[in-house]
Amino acid sequence: MAEIRIKQVAKSFGKFQALDSIDLTIADQEFMVLLGASGCGKTTLLRIVAGLETATTGEVWIGDKRVDRLSPKDRNIAMVFQNYAVFPHLTVFENIAFGLRMAKIDNNEIEKRVKRTAELMHIEQLLQRYSGQLSGGQRQRVAVARALAMEPEVILMDEPLSNLDALLRMEMRAELKSILAESNTTTIYVTHDQVEAMSMADRISIMNQGKIVQAANPTEVYRNPAARFVGSFIGNPPMNFLPATRAANGRWSVAGSEIDGPTSDESTLEFAIRPEDLTVGDGPLSATVKVVEPLGPHILASCLVAGELFRVILENGSNVQSGDTLKIKPIADRIRWFHPENQLAV
Amino acid sequence: MNPRTLPYLLLLPATFFLVAFFLYPFFLVAWQAFATDEGVLTSKYFVKMYKHWKFDKALTNTFLLVLAVVPVQLALSLLMATMVSKMQKGRDMILYIWTIPLGISDLAAGLIWLAIFEQTGFLNSFLFNIGAIDSQITFLGYQNKTVIFLAVMIAEVWRATAIMLVILVAGIGLIPKEYYEAAEVFGASRWKQFTRVTLPLLKPSLQTALILRVILAFEVFAVVVALGGTNLPILMGEIYKWQFELQDSHVAAAYALVILAISIAFTLFFMWLLRTPREAQL
Amino acid sequence: MNMAVGSQGGFQPGKSLRRAWFILITVVLCLWVLLPIYLLFSNAFSTSSGVSAFPKGIVPPFSTESVGFFFRYSGVGKAFWSSIQVAVLTMIMSILIGAPAGYSLSRFDFRGKNLFRILILMTRAFPLPLLALPMAVMFIRVGLDDTILGLALVHTTLALPFAVLITYSLFSGIPIELEEAAWTLGCNRIQAFRKVIFPLVLPGITASAIFAFVISWNEVFAAAVLTIEHRTLPAFILQSLGVAPLHLKFAGGAVLVLPALIFIFLVRKYLFAMWGIANR
Repeated sequence: MAEIRIKQVAKSFGKFQALDSIDLTIADQEFMVLLGASGCGKTTLLRIVAGLETATTGEVWIGDKRVDRLSPKDRNIAMVFQNYAVFPHLTVFENIAFGLRMAKIDNNEIEKRVKRTAELMHIEQLLQRYSGQLSGGQRQRVAVARALAMEPEVILMDEPLSNLDALLRMEMRAELKSILAESNTTTIYVTHDQVEAMSMADRISIMNQGKIVQAANPTEVYRNPAARFVGSFIGNPPMNFLPATRAANGRWSVAGSEIDGPTSDESTLEFAIRPEDLTVGDGPLSATVKVVEPLGPHILASCLVAGELFRVILENGSNVQSGDTLKIKPIADRIRWFHPENQLAV
Repeated sequence: MNPRTLPYLLLLPATFFLVAFFLYPFFLVAWQAFATDEGVLTSKYFVKMYKHWKFDKALTNTFLLVLAVVPVQLALSLLMATMVSKMQKGRDMILYIWTIPLGISDLAAGLIWLAIFEQTGFLNSFLFNIGAIDSQITFLGYQNKTVIFLAVMIAEVWRATAIMLVILVAGIGLIPKEYYEAAEVFGASRWKQFTRVTLPLLKPSLQTALILRVILAFEVFAVVVALGGTNLPILMGEIYKWQFELQDSHVAAAYALVILAISIAFTLFFMWLLRTPREAQL
Repeated sequence: MNMAVGSQGGFQPGKSLRRAWFILITVVLCLWVLLPIYLLFSNAFSTSSGVSAFPKGIVPPFSTESVGFFFRYSGVGKAFWSSIQVAVLTMIMSILIGAPAGYSLSRFDFRGKNLFRILILMTRAFPLPLLALPMAVMFIRVGLDDTILGLALVHTTLALPFAVLITYSLFSGIPIELEEAAWTLGCNRIQAFRKVIFPLVLPGITASAIFAFVISWNEVFAAAVLTIEHRTLPAFILQSLGVAPLHLKFAGGAVLVLPALIFIFLVRKYLFAMWGIANR
């Protein structure tokens, strides 16, 4: 059992508060993605779990062992680094065997395990090469193999795919997901790439300014963002937002039209809808098209609704041009509402 | 090991060493210059130094030498550094050749140029062979102080330009190529690129190079002894003489303080002259 | 616009003329450096009569007479041996003391880091050979006067700042992730250093050791001030300048220059690491 519990972990560098009282539990064998923009604290949190950074306050538990005062080597973790950190003076074989040799495992067993993980990562023909003779993708595979060979309870990955080109990244994404799913390890995976996060994660923790804003499965995060930040961060293009004021009849006035909404004591809320959750033709919102971008599978139209930027995804073949006015209807059960001050979902 | 104390632990030997063998001795040398063996403060060693007939000459010669050598070295090393930065083929080879003198001591450099300037040396042979002279000229005799000075100057330029070259080449390497491309797009000539892009961005390197070079130039010693014996008094030579022949380490220490004061003054001067505001650094 | 057209055309008189100048100046500057060294060696590997012959050709008769005589000259062998001992000691001390400091500066942020950097930079602004004067007094007091160790201590002061700066840049060139990866794979700090960092910096450390050796090998002033019985080679030659015959001086000069030539060739890759960061 390697459940990871992070209890009220905070970290400050001088006056800068990098992490602000993080509480997070990651279930045994769960694939948890920490997602956020650079500087949000996700890497710091990962490094605290790894033991490469010391939390200012708080506790980290792996299984039933408190580890936050232990050095990295005593935490039974393995880590994959953004720049791979493949040792340049050792062969691929020795790189993968490095941790096993430190653990004083006998040579036959090392040989077996290196072979097995190398095959798993499809690098068995590279075992005698040095890092300088490998491509970025191959180095990435070595780094993952080196971590897997340790058969750790926990694997920590710090943007492992961000240095690869787009095609390779997609390939590795699927491969990593299936390998880690079979490996019985608990995984924490840091990335700023939401597609990576959505496609790989059991759960995503979205971080912003040192806090976890929402931790939930990908669909939930996408459909029901817990805060305005999540809606604006997840989804490409992101959610549209419009200010709403309460009308006399309990409905909400958005861009001059009245829409059914939640009951609330607030006099204003924020109306939010994803660009694909709209039907065009007849509807309460009128949008002036500014830019039309044909993207292949669909067309993206950037419009103005009541002076606010509002994006609409249109079907291919719709003959919309810049300057047109569209009548738009939001799909009722896809509308979300956010509180104007604390920005949380209502 | 505690990560908080580890960095200090690692620095401890070096710090201890520098305090014991660098800071403390400089305190000692000042004490030696200002205090008698009995520990009485006095200025008599400075007076003795100042009154000695060679002090003026040594000070003047050293200053003249620095003034003659350093600007030539600056120009030459800038030329060499820009040339190196334009080379593709053979760059490493040329750079190695040009930096060879870096490994040659001032004594050896003196001997090298002695082989050229002495009476049966290569310069005399060359001039004789092309028919410019009928008999050997004594270049380095005591009646020819100007020639000795020139010979020392040439030997110093030959020997110590390399150190500036290395610093400047490293500095030029830090300037992104895009700046030159941008300058070219805007129509700047090569000379303009040099004066408007290279020089301003090279200021920190120029500062390091000049400070280092000027300080070393005031320490000139063995070149002069090898080429001119005692015919060309210079500050370090006087220190050596007072310490050894005249057995008066107090006056030697007073001289040392003079060099120290000049060195610090020049360091501060160049730090001021070639200052770069933090925001304007590369 | 003219320029753009010109640079695509095949024949460019302006450009090839500039190229010719460039090559000419390069060759002249190479000769400027190499010719004097050649002349010293041609004198050193000559006979005593060859050295004082006049006029000389550019290729004098080759002989090992001068160099042979030099090494048999009384005191030279001993001075040579002293030089090597001092240089080796300097090399060992400056690396053993300097490398940990370089590592510390490259890997940690801590209070007082700048103070130490200032201390290192200060050594640049001080005429270090002058240290020999107070050291002479200090060493008499502690019994280190006229010893190999005493001189090596002074030479280490000269070499230490370089050792710190070069090792600092060496360690900074190794991504911290390599070390961190080693930690996560079961190493403690010392093991990670030994198994990962040390093999990677070894060539650079060797270079900076060689550099320390050259600094000590070449140093004249402090050596002349601090030693009498244990004169190093440069100090010995300096002392003999007034009395030794010409061919002996040149042979001595050549013996001084040769190791330096080889050493600079070996460390050439690292010269820039040393000075590049000195600007910061």
